[in-house]
Amino acid sequence: MAKQLVMGNEAIGLGALRAGVGFVCGYPGTPSTEILETVAKHNPGDVYVEWSVNEKAAMEAAAGAAYAGARAMVTMKQVGLNVASDPLMSLAYIGVKGGMVIVVADDPGPISSQTEQDTRHFARFSKLPVFDPVSPEEAFEMIGDAFDYSEKYQTPVLLRPTTRVCHGCASIEMDQSRKKITPEGFLKDSKWVIFPRLTYQNHKKVEARQPVLGEDFSSYRFNEVTGGGKKGIAAGGVSAAYAKEALAQMGECPKFFKVATPHPFPERLALSFLEGLDEVLVLEELDPVIERELVYLCGKHHLPVKIMGKLTGHTQNAGENSTESANAAIRSFLGLLQEESKQAPLPSLPVRPPVLCAGCPHRASFYAVKAAMKGKKAVFSGDIGCYTLGNASPLDMVDTCLCMGAGVTVAQGLHRIEPDAVNFAFIGDSTFFHTGIPGVINAVYNETDIVLIVLDNATTAMTGHQPHPGTGKTMMGEISQKVDIAGVLGAIGVGHVAKADPLDLKAAVAAVKEAAAVKGVSAVIFESPCIAVTKPGPTYAVDAEKCTGCKRCIRELGCPAMVLENNKVKIEPSMCYGCSVCAQVCPFGAIGGEAK
Amino acid sequence: MKNCMLAGVGGQGTVLASKIIAQAAMKEGLSAHTAETIGMAQRGGCVVSHVRIGEDAFSPLIPKGTADVVIGFEPAEAVRCLPYLKEGGAMVVSTKAVQPVTASLSGCSYDAQGMLAFLKERVNRLILVDGEEVCRQCGSAKVLNVALLGAAAKAGVLPMTLKQIEDTIREKLPERFLSMNLKALAAGAEAVTGGKMQ
Ligand code: SF4
Ligand code: SF4
Repeated sequence: MAKQLVMGNEAIGLGALRAGVGFVCGYPGTPSTEILETVAKHNPGDVYVEWSVNEKAAMEAAAGAAYAGARAMVTMKQVGLNVASDPLMSLAYIGVKGGMVIVVADDPGPISSQTEQDTRHFARFSKLPVFDPVSPEEAFEMIGDAFDYSEKYQTPVLLRPTTRVCHGCASIEMDQSRKKITPEGFLKDSKWVIFPRLTYQNHKKVEARQPVLGEDFSSYRFNEVTGGGKKGIAAGGVSAAYAKEALAQMGECPKFFKVATPHPFPERLALSFLEGLDEVLVLEELDPVIERELVYLCGKHHLPVKIMGKLTGHTQNAGENSTESANAAIRSFLGLLQEESKQAPLPSLPVRPPVLCAGCPHRASFYAVKAAMKGKKAVFSGDIGCYTLGNASPLDMVDTCLCMGAGVTVAQGLHRIEPDAVNFAFIGDSTFFHTGIPGVINAVYNETDIVLIVLDNATTAMTGHQPHPGTGKTMMGEISQKVDIAGVLGAIGVGHVAKADPLDLKAAVAAVKEAAAVKGVSAVIFESPCIAVTKPGPTYAVDAEKCTGCKRCIRELGCPAMVLENNKVKIEPSMCYGCSVCAQVCPFGAIGGEAK
Repeated sequence: MKNCMLAGVGGQGTVLASKIIAQAAMKEGLSAHTAETIGMAQRGGCVVSHVRIGEDAFSPLIPKGTADVVIGFEPAEAVRCLPYLKEGGAMVVSTKAVQPVTASLSGCSYDAQGMLAFLKERVNRLILVDGEEVCRQCGSAKVLNVALLGAAAKAGVLPMTLKQIEDTIREKLPERFLSMNLKALAAGAEAVTGGKMQ
């Protein structure tokens, strides 16, 4: 069978298909998104795949499918699990019939996230087993193991890859075989109904299961202890790969404990690792989970082994690891000389903060709101999505950003303390459906004045353009009924709901002014598709004769297609999307394009 | 083990280029690993692709000082990745600068010539490609990635030949993009033989 180049996330999706998954759902979030997309792309036809409205809905839907005996997988990023934590905690008591794997991608760094939280804690908190793959190759195998363990113990299981595993590619031998699973269907039983008494009984069962699972994991194929000596290294996830690479660089092979199941901790295997050691260095990303387990075991078994890692300041406690950081930590642990950098210092390099694409309709929306509020006291609460990038200068239009759906509600708190400011809440279409709606109802119910700006670009842009309830498309392809945002707002009691095209600046500014003057909750829905889901218009160009070099377009819009050359503005034709906004901003009519 | 690093700005197509290198290696029966920058940085931030060819790679990321070749999609990003280049390694760099939006805002663009001069002093095998000219010839700025592969393969700094890259492109790219990309590959290779090599 030929080897294929597959991304870690694809490997997880393909591994789930191989394991006979029958139900897959989730909510997009970097670095997890491609897992579900892979299943949809390779769907043999009998797998149900959906983007759910949010992670909580997804977790519950997957639980239902698993109650009925199907193998179910739900995917999300780490912060998504916060949203889904309510069903997660209860489900840990109830358990499942068909295998259920909850794939949660963590993002050390963070590279594209708002927190550096560690899902292994959630595993401990909910007392669910968690698998932590070191590579795409291992993730491909592990997802199948996770389903098997889930069925063996009738419990949901977590698989926690991290960004470098999710977005790394490897050449993997793919066998196309598929496990055949025929769900038995839902059998009515009081065990599916959570009640205090049942919770108490199941709590005891869950506690009794913990050491059994730890024992089982002590012989799990991807947990291993190798080498010998007085000093040992313990590592989990991709950090185990960094550690091995660093050890190969320095030609050392101390005793090594690779931890693939950080919870329940494989105690017997860990004791065989600790035996005879004086010191241990732990390499892991995010929080010191393995480190604490080892410290605990040393205490429990009175072992005179010194455990070093994040808690002792021997490794970094934030950010991602690398072969270099592993190399430096191992060298000082083994008492070797540090490698000297032969590199001359680099010249000062340009910083490149990410920006909205050239032609992005959000730029026009932010500009319109800014123009409408010129000279007025206003606060702009933002949310999660491409439009968070509206914080960058020159727009500078995101004053707060916290988590999915929080812009709407943070604006309300701000307004109650400072009622003389106009409080705007920006929210994208997908985020509106995800967790935005209850916040709007909260404002309507409590009669809090906010101006809601819905940035409807007809897609979930930041994560790579997934459909959502407002798009009329689903992951199964069929056209479902579109959920109409204006209709929703009207139905929950928002009195003033206007729609505007942000690329028509005059009308957009007028719509914002009108909404801002309304008492109570008002809303403007800016409708204009993301450039990735629409065709570019004819490009615009600057007439060098007419351009006075005032730079107003650049200073006010910051479109990446506009560059300054010899004090005149130039539009880079390969980047311009023809949105026409710069032409509307130029006071001298120097920017023109073919009529759209 | 061969390590190739590709450094550019979000939107320049480093991901496709790294896939092509990895797949060309796999066609030769070698194993390959890559690591990509996906997410927020794809909107105009710094992006780096790591390609590791051979069996003995543990980490998905290329450690500093071990890249056999760094392909810089623009001068400053090439300089940023210089610490990854191994001693005696090669660099292929497009000379056209991509200025960050912040530069046109503040009115102080970075000095691309200065970056190139810095590289010339430190890299013995530096291959400069007039990326702007090559893209002009092909009629699209979107093909810089494949043009740079053409230059790198022609200069013999990739662990595969130009022909092997071409075969991979023919096999993996959708029909409608094929002719433009083959043209870019040839133009990139030509830019090296055409005496633009330094
Ligand atoms: S029309 Fe103007 S603002 Fe719009 S993408 Fe082109 S250069 Fe940028
Ligand atoms: S991907 Fe779409 S929504 Fe995101 S910045 Fe680009 S144009 Fe805007």
